[in-house]
Amino acid sequence: MTGLLAMFRRLEGPQTAGRGPAFWGLFALVLAVALAYPLFSDGYTVGNTVYFFVWVFIALSLCLIWGYGGSLSFGQTAFFGIAGYGYGILTINFGSAYGFTLVALVAAVAIAALFAVLLGYFMFFGRIAGVFLGIVTLAVTLMLERFMAQTAGPEWHIGTARLNGFNGMSAMPPLTIPWPGEPIVLFADVGLYYLVLGLLVFVYLALRILMNSSFGNVIVAIRENPERAEMLGYDIRKYQLITFVIGAALAGLSGVLYTVWGQYITPSSMGMTAAALPLIWVAVGGRSDLTSTVIGTLVVLAAFQALTIYGSQYALVFMGVLLVLTVLIAPNGLVLGVMNWLGRIATRLTQRAG
Amino acid sequence: MSLLELRKLNKHFGGLHVTNSVDLTLRAGEIHCLIGPNGAGKSTLFRLILGEHHPGSGDILFAGENITALKSFARIHRGLSVKFQVPGVFKGLSVRQNLEIALQSRHRGRELEAEIGRLLAFLGLESEQAQIAGNLSHGQKQWLEIGMAVSLKPRLLLLDEPTAGMSPEETHMTGEMVQRLNADGMTVLAIEHDMAFVRQVAHRVTVLHLGQVFAQGSIDEIVADERVAAIYLGQAHA
Repeated sequence: MTGLLAMFRRLEGPQTAGRGPAFWGLFALVLAVALAYPLFSDGYTVGNTVYFFVWVFIALSLCLIWGYGGSLSFGQTAFFGIAGYGYGILTINFGSAYGFTLVALVAAVAIAALFAVLLGYFMFFGRIAGVFLGIVTLAVTLMLERFMAQTAGPEWHIGTARLNGFNGMSAMPPLTIPWPGEPIVLFADVGLYYLVLGLLVFVYLALRILMNSSFGNVIVAIRENPERAEMLGYDIRKYQLITFVIGAALAGLSGVLYTVWGQYITPSSMGMTAAALPLIWVAVGGRSDLTSTVIGTLVVLAAFQALTIYGSQYALVFMGVLLVLTVLIAPNGLVLGVMNWLGRIATRLTQRAG
Repeated sequence: MSLLELRKLNKHFGGLHVTNSVDLTLRAGEIHCLIGPNGAGKSTLFRLILGEHHPGSGDILFAGENITALKSFARIHRGLSVKFQVPGVFKGLSVRQNLEIALQSRHRGRELEAEIGRLLAFLGLESEQAQIAGNLSHGQKQWLEIGMAVSLKPRLLLLDEPTAGMSPEETHMTGEMVQRLNADGMTVLAIEHDMAFVRQVAHRVTVLHLGQVFAQGSIDEIVADERVAAIYLGQAHA
């Protein structure tokens, strides 16, 4: 019981912005609005919101590895793609009966995590750091994209699942929950919305607890000064590897949910543009804070989608401009900058009132 | 009884012989200062002891165990700890967090809080605990790092220029800090250029020159040695 209490106390701490009744009151309000939202909206808009939510997991993965851990991974999309294709291959082969789609979800995320164990082992135990880590991870995702893009021929199949080259894999079953009478099929509207929202809240809170724990302390210590962290007796390679694997699992979760949402996955989801976009969301939001990352990602995604009405290339140019502006004006992130500013005002007001 | 023993330690960087067959024995409980002109190989010797560099040949024995092949973190677990030349604090984190990270693997909950409080008092940084470490003065950063290093309760504390950039008063206070730690049973090996500090704390002094042990003895013996004065003036081979 005391252990559980101590765990919940870690929802707040030096590694995460937002504390006290005001913050959690606002959190509850936002959650209540999010829960009620599908009741006042149409299926398409709700489905579109699910699409936004799906990307937040990969953004959080980058926030964890890059923002907290200080290792810039340019290839989170590799895990996104592996898990997406993994889900497709498993469900096309084994179908959706007996809740197998849920097993496939977990298995696909596990495959992505396992791949991260292998890749991460060679990187971190080989002491690859800094810009080289970015280069290796980018090379991996681009290699996977190139490989999958040339699998158009009929010889490229795993069981009954055709890989389909650049056109990608499609027609995998959506998530299906076994239910007495008729199974519940989660199409990309209200059903999937609540599942993804639930996962998002769980992951967000779990990461808050993790980052404010002693494990999180070591992760930020490695970001600040890896040599000092090691000279305090921490095997930093292990901590970096564990963080990388958790991040890969989150990126994988994003990939599976994306595949489930649209019932397709293509090699371009591991390409250069796809790899670069999460970096922009996270940098603009504030890479060293979970809440800023979530807000920043949702805002930038919504703006990006609104702009694509005028042409997707313009939207990409806008993303580039946004990144440059962030680096120049608020290198720690625009949303985090605003949140810190609001925090300072709140402190001043309380001090004046006191 | 010897705590640390370096046997014929060699390290090359390309054609440069940075440490050349260094033999050095540290007695348990002593404060030993390592001096020598720039480029003598002092910091490299520290990095060899800590496992950041690996020697081309030779052995490092700590409390009788050969630790030459051990990784750095494993050596820390054996009872080594270090304060670097350039203050190696976690600049973006608060003073309190810096100490918490250093202490958390040994203490939890209330015990951890008490240890942090004790260390803050020892370092005289109580009023700075919420301060971001990067904003501390140079001397305070040095003390914070010494605090992090001693929080591990090491058997051997390595100090690389602990008083660099400090005022004479700060240097003296650092000397007293080192003496208190030594009185509690900590063996200290310090690289230092400030002779006032060396005179204040050192039981024995080793002079390193061109990667070799050049002289060894008490501070008075070293100061009286004309050959040592000569190498500091660049006349060793004149």
